[in-house]
Amino acid sequence: MHIMEGFLPATHAIAWTVASAPVVAYSAWRVKKVVEDNPSTKLLLASSGAFAFVLSALKMPSVTGSCSHPTGTGLGAVLFGPWVMPVMGAIVLLFQALLLAHGGITTLGANVFSMAIVGPFVSYGLYRLIRTSGGSLQLAVFLAAAFGDMATYCTTSLQLALAFPDPVGGVVGSAAKFLGIFALTQVPLAIAEGLLTVVVMNILTKYSAGELKSLNVLSRSAQA
Amino acid sequence: MSILKSNKILLALVAALMIAPLALPIAGEFGGSDDQAEGVIQEVAPGYEPWFSSIWEPPSGEIESLLFALQAALGAGVLCYYIGLRHGMSKRKD
Repeated sequence: MHIMEGFLPATHAIAWTVASAPVVAYSAWRVKKVVEDNPSTKLLLASSGAFAFVLSALKMPSVTGSCSHPTGTGLGAVLFGPWVMPVMGAIVLLFQALLLAHGGITTLGANVFSMAIVGPFVSYGLYRLIRTSGGSLQLAVFLAAAFGDMATYCTTSLQLALAFPDPVGGVVGSAAKFLGIFALTQVPLAIAEGLLTVVVMNILTKYSAGELKSLNVLSRSAQA
Repeated sequence: MSILKSNKILLALVAALMIAPLALPIAGEFGGSDDQAEGVIQEVAPGYEPWFSSIWEPPSGEIESLLFALQAALGAGVLCYYIGLRHGMSKRKD
């Protein structure tokens, strides 16, 4: 999903970097605060980052005959709230930009915006909505992770459309083309990401009930 | 349903989602969607030249897959260490 190095005009690259940088800085502060306020969840926080590390390394085949990868940012957003994810997503993207020539330094701001900001916020919003309207934890986690993943790739498509409007169809025409590649390819992958996030959440519900209660993911009075 | 049982079903579904595109007669070379996007950029903005290229690129496909495997292994290592630790702690409490 990453926009490749040099593939955003300089003005766009700078604008997305300016938009993302303060969010990442604030996110780093929030991560520090979570670790200080609730040190027992430190390992779980690291594991949420690790989940994003694993999933974004897995390029999976899709029904469109091309490959893409999930993002893994939904788990941490659901557990700790969306603000912890921008810095963790930025670390993943930096690793891939520097060592794998996947994404890039000039496009880091735009990629952070789609994967580490929009994705986690969509995940968290949907998760809260489903939970407060009485949906089960599993359903909320599945939809949050799957739609967070989709939101990331739709954002990437729109970022590219803004940078490269179609000569005939304009930004809308161009967006349709990029969505036709990214969003369509992503559908089965987003479902897979949702399912895998539920798998991890099931394990956490069984073995980490204490932490989930302290994070208000499981109700404090509920049986583990 | 026990967690173990429902997780087995969920993982089987993920496997099916991954195998289906390869097993079905789908036209495509299973390249990266990023590369396809690059094709669209060239189509709508034929004059566009990337103005910056990667500082370092893996010298071969082998090295690239090494680094991707490393990324996945590091993540899986941390995640599974944590799950194993909590699993052991909950066993001890029982």
